[in-house]
Amino acid sequence: MPRHLDGNALAGVLSEVFTADVTAARARCGNCGNTAPVAEAMVYPDAPGLVARCVRCNHVLAVVVEAGDRLVLSLAGLDTLELRAPRA
Amino acid sequence: MSFTTRGFSGRRRQPETRLPPGQTLVEKWPVLSAGPTPVVDTADWELTIQDETGTDHRWNWDELIALGVEDITVDIHCVTHWSKLGMAWRGVSLDKLFEHVGSRHQYVMAHSHGGYTTNLPLEDLLGGKAWIAIEAEGRPLHPEHGGPARLLVPHLYFWKSAKWIRGLTMMPGNDPGFWERYGYHIHGDPWQEQRYR
Repeated sequence: MPRHLDGNALAGVLSEVFTADVTAARARCGNCGNTAPVAEAMVYPDAPGLVARCVRCNHVLAVVVEAGDRLVLSLAGLDTLELRAPRA
Repeated sequence: MSFTTRGFSGRRRQPETRLPPGQTLVEKWPVLSAGPTPVVDTADWELTIQDETGTDHRWNWDELIALGVEDITVDIHCVTHWSKLGMAWRGVSLDKLFEHVGSRHQYVMAHSHGGYTTNLPLEDLLGGKAWIAIEAEGRPLHPEHGGPARLLVPHLYFWKSAKWIRGLTMMPGNDPGFWERYGYHIHGDPWQEQRYR
């Protein structure tokens, strides 16, 4: 089977986008409604981008592509993403 | 500017000149996958081409094979910078399938088991340039490589050669598929290094 990692694999690339730690955020799957920390998602790294899938239903939650000089981030598979505000 | 052409010279390219820009030669065949591997039995397998009237043209496994399986030797080029040269494949030409489909639409969305999609102009699928591949390197196509059947469009980056192919839908415009929505090039010609849009 193709290998997958946990959602912590997103930490490095998403730190370029978010000031908060996204892997600690709670994500609600747009397909099945499962709500879990991003760190618990299944991330498939052996692909042209990082693909994060719901641990319960396999739905694509997020896609991150480093496309040359651009970073393309899709969170279309998420219903909500709940982040803690960074401490001042 | 390039001073060479990719035209039919009648002469086989030497390996170094068969590598598109930015590519590295590999011997093993890497497995790339954006999700779990679907398990599809040939007994249940079906390919559908849907035209603009909503009509589904369908082939089961035996009907696909009956169209005629060809031997194909081609180089493949992955957008993640590896190329594998001289791969032996077997498959059914898309020309054979499209003989049975009348459509005015010039674009196609390929759909795979597992939800993957990729878009292609129809002209890139016809004229002996694309196949439904069922064997690679002398063996039935392994599920990790898209078996039992995948699209094989070797003149474009390999993300266009959709694994676990289940259907093609005719489209009036060139709508983006999965990777094309996320920054990858709408066409994906490796010789033009069309990686990103």
